[in-house]
Amino acid sequence: MTNPTPETPHTDAGWAKPVDTLSVKDAPSEAINLNVEGRHLSGLVHGFGQMWQKTYRVNLSGASVTPQEVIKTWKENFPKYWPEGNNLYVPLTGIQTGEVGLINLTAPGGLKLSTGIMVIYTDDVSFSFMTPEGHMFAGMLTFSAYEEDEVTTVQIQALIRASDPIYELSFRLGFGHKSEDQFWHSTLENLATEFGVQGQVQQENELIDPRMQWNEVNNVWRNAGVRSALYAPVAAVKNLLRPA
Amino acid sequence: MQTLNLTTNVRNINGYSVIDFEGEVNGFAEKMLMDAYQQASQNNAKVIIFNFDKLEYLNSSGIGLLVTILIRAQRQNQRLLACGLSEHYREIFTLTRLDEAIGIYDTESDAITSISM
Repeated sequence: MTNPTPETPHTDAGWAKPVDTLSVKDAPSEAINLNVEGRHLSGLVHGFGQMWQKTYRVNLSGASVTPQEVIKTWKENFPKYWPEGNNLYVPLTGIQTGEVGLINLTAPGGLKLSTGIMVIYTDDVSFSFMTPEGHMFAGMLTFSAYEEDEVTTVQIQALIRASDPIYELSFRLGFGHKSEDQFWHSTLENLATEFGVQGQVQQENELIDPRMQWNEVNNVWRNAGVRSALYAPVAAVKNLLRPA
Repeated sequence: MQTLNLTTNVRNINGYSVIDFEGEVNGFAEKMLMDAYQQASQNNAKVIIFNFDKLEYLNSSGIGLLVTILIRAQRQNQRLLACGLSEHYREIFTLTRLDEAIGIYDTESDAITSISM
């Protein structure tokens, strides 16, 4: 089931323009800029693994805040609510249509995994990301807020496939899903705390397509995890040489 | 504001079906879209044409719904075509790479012509 996101009346200004390849602007020096520059968006129909629709939701019961206010705060401070050790580098102005963000995630073993997102859609009650080639998922994530029975609810909905067989294996073994779920649960709990609410995150998973797309198996050559691991020694040397 | 502001009309024709969209395709349109898809599939249609001549608005949740219909259609060995998209919405199909899985045509007659080719 798709959970409705609130709809805006009706400016079409919220969509990004198509891009051939992604370009990262003004990445800070501490960010690892791999696996984004020059990459294509993965698109909604590419990717290797089963297609899932995962919905995470938290009610801001007791908070006097509108969906518009929640989304404004979320856009302006998006990385702040991520679990510790994970960063999304976006312009200081926050989440804006067409921006490309650089993601540095802390993977198991302390590995810094570098990938990114593009903001493909924004309005005053929602915004959506698409992922580049090599990201764990091919697909789209939509962040939204809506009001129901005078309570504002915040929602993250992911429509995704694992990009390649390595990522798909991690999901079949369970730890891929577990890690992803924990990430977004923490994010929503942190966002709820911003509004003074100890939120209980609800989750729904729907398997949209149980098939794998074997014609996408070569995506494995762009696997951001593998490439980040290969880059790790270089990053270590760069860190040592960086002026204090 | 949370609203459903969409109507759909399904036309079953020999071997294919057309779904006309009028209004806004957003997250609230899920049931209407799935019902329309079911109805469009009733005559064992192997091709389904989305006619977007009267589309007023499409947001990212709406795009997500189109993806889920696309997946269902692929599992039923059906082809999806789209026509009547404005330049703006064509760009959105390009951005999301949906145009690589859904055939895009200017008019319904162009789409119908392509079926027999």
